[in-house]
Amino acid sequence: MISQASGAPALDPASAEWIGALTASGPDREAGLARLHELLIRVAAHELRRRETSSGVTGAELDDLAHQAAADAMLAILDKLDTFRGESRFTTWAYKFAILEVSSKLGRHFWRRHPTTVLASEDWERLPDRFGIDPGEHAERAEMVKAVRQAVEETLTDHQRDVFTAIVVNGVPLDAMVSLLGLNRNALYKAVFDARRKIRAFLVANGYLDEVRKGP
Amino acid sequence: MNHRELLERFLATDPADVGCETATALLHVYVELIETDKDAARRYPGVAAHLAACGPCDEDFKGLLEMIKAGF
Repeated sequence: MISQASGAPALDPASAEWIGALTASGPDREAGLARLHELLIRVAAHELRRRETSSGVTGAELDDLAHQAAADAMLAILDKLDTFRGESRFTTWAYKFAILEVSSKLGRHFWRRHPTTVLASEDWERLPDRFGIDPGEHAERAEMVKAVRQAVEETLTDHQRDVFTAIVVNGVPLDAMVSLLGLNRNALYKAVFDARRKIRAFLVANGYLDEVRKGP
Repeated sequence: MNHRELLERFLATDPADVGCETATALLHVYVELIETDKDAARRYPGVAAHLAACGPCDEDFKGLLEMIKAGF
């Protein structure tokens, strides 16, 4: 499914300059580090502003998170510098770390903004909204909630049920759960992925959904 | 689309989906392919499938794409 490019391509001049500066010593390296740090702060701040509406993080708080994300991205970049193989521009590769750190910081920050979110309170009545079902379709909504709830209770493991309920039913952001549980994003995504697959299989087996498709 | 079709769409999983770890590892490559208008989804169908299904990774993708389009 994924075909990694074989062999490392030659670096473009700008990327080669970055790598040269960051692997140099003395003033050249210091200048490169300072330039990269400044760039990462701008990137992190831009990304935080892009997510301002959904995160609610603004002003001084945003600036603070941008600096934290840039500092952690900087550490990650320097730690992985020898893995950069020139498959993209150096800056694209480096910006990715800043954006990942922004996601991570916002995940952690969610609990500061929503300290009263109780994971045990399952908001099943709102579940149909997440699938885009019309609020006026009361009977259909109730029927769907009942079917999915039964599937969740009868087919999922405790971990899958907890994660599905928090993320899908209660609407807690996946990255906030990553922060809370100390797991990585992939592990939680996989739990929700498996939960979706098992719930669908249950609903098909019980005649609620038709066996008509293999994927999106 | 009726309520069962909406639910079906949400529950559908793509076996080609590579997951967050692989998609993240390739994100910088994928974004540049998209930017240069090449058929990134055909070259990396597992990444495309993942981004279509994973909100957080898709958000990272959109952010990175915007960054390079803005000329950072």
